[in-house]
Amino acid sequence: MNRAAIDLWVGVFVAIGLGAILFLALKVGNLLTLDRTPSYRVEANFDNIGGLKLRSPVKAAGVVVGRVESIRLDPKTYAAVVTMRLDRDYEFSKDTIASINTSGLLGEVYVGLDAGGDTAMLKDGDHIGKTQSAVVIEKLISQFLFDKAAQGGAGK
Amino acid sequence: MSSEATGDLVLVLRRLGGTVTGGVARLGYMARFLGAILWYTPMALRRLHLTVREIYFSGVLSLVIILMSGLFVGMVLSLQGYEVLRRYSAQEQLGIVVALSLVKELGPVIGGLLFASRAGSAITAEIGLMKATEQLSAMEMMAVDPIARVVAPRFWAGVISMPLLAALFSAFGIFGGYLIGVRVIGIDAGAFWGQMQAGVNFWPDITNGIIKSIVFGAAVSLIAVIEGYDAKPTAEGVSSATTRTVVVSSLAILALDFVLTVFMFRGVGL
Repeated sequence: MNRAAIDLWVGVFVAIGLGAILFLALKVGNLLTLDRTPSYRVEANFDNIGGLKLRSPVKAAGVVVGRVESIRLDPKTYAAVVTMRLDRDYEFSKDTIASINTSGLLGEVYVGLDAGGDTAMLKDGDHIGKTQSAVVIEKLISQFLFDKAAQGGAGK
Repeated sequence: MSSEATGDLVLVLRRLGGTVTGGVARLGYMARFLGAILWYTPMALRRLHLTVREIYFSGVLSLVIILMSGLFVGMVLSLQGYEVLRRYSAQEQLGIVVALSLVKELGPVIGGLLFASRAGSAITAEIGLMKATEQLSAMEMMAVDPIARVVAPRFWAGVISMPLLAALFSAFGIFGGYLIGVRVIGIDAGAFWGQMQAGVNFWPDITNGIIKSIVFGAAVSLIAVIEGYDAKPTAEGVSSATTRTVVVSSLAILALDFVLTVFMFRGVGL
């Protein structure tokens, strides 16, 4: 086989190989999304974050507007401090409520943002005051059982 | 304790010691060989067409087996994954299962195993035969270093080809998974791709796969050239060296995969 043909084949091979990496990056890994767009950080304290993880989505009205960047425990108040990175294109009012939700029974855990009516908008480094913690199913069930027991006791 | 038992014990210990020192010496030899390859790399890259030629032999000629295996592995993953996910009625997550397992593990590992048996064995046989027919000695007589002329191009061709082959394996696997999951089983195409994009990150998932495949490419190529270079210059020696290449590099891939995965898990912070 002569050199020109080998060069051609190797060129084709390298091109489709790089094409495969590009396919993985763009179509599978969705590289060109929020990581590249300009963003700002906001913090929120939660009593309980349930199954929230790093890089969990932040959604407003079901639309992904950011990702969870870090989660740590405040050593004084024992509250979870969640730092979120939000897309610059979306602005939220100062009195936005952040809540931790689950999509479906076993679905992914995400932070939901419900915008309020304040005209001032959240800026980089701001703190979301109003939050709603994750619903822990075990607690819910035990509460329900206690209520039932209390009702039964009162009925007698 | 009788003197005979003591003698046996000494023998066992001596054998153990011999094995360990032999292994360490072999490791040191491999490191020095790698050093020699790196030292002669500039000289080898000045004749770029040698490396390009080797990329043709180890990369382009491995394409068919890599693409076909990727397609079939992806299709099987899709079927099996669907079977399990359906029990939790989470069929839409199939895209994540197929993509993550291919990109992080199966692409680099199965790609590497196929590369070792397809290209690694050929490299060993070729260098071994060159040695048996005294071509390497002839080169040395002409003041051409065989490491620069024969070994380094083959090594670098493997390092370059392997990540491309692994990426193609993963891409074709995901396509195979798509064919079965969406076209045959009938999962919604939007959910398949959407869940996949939400669950797979370029950094670290895909980059980890690429790092793995580069390491495997370097390991397989290094083992292949060393076994060829050290082969006994007989027909039997070349054949046993070829076998050793496949066995040793397959084990090296699986062991390195474990080590790399452990480190990568820690990097993610789990």
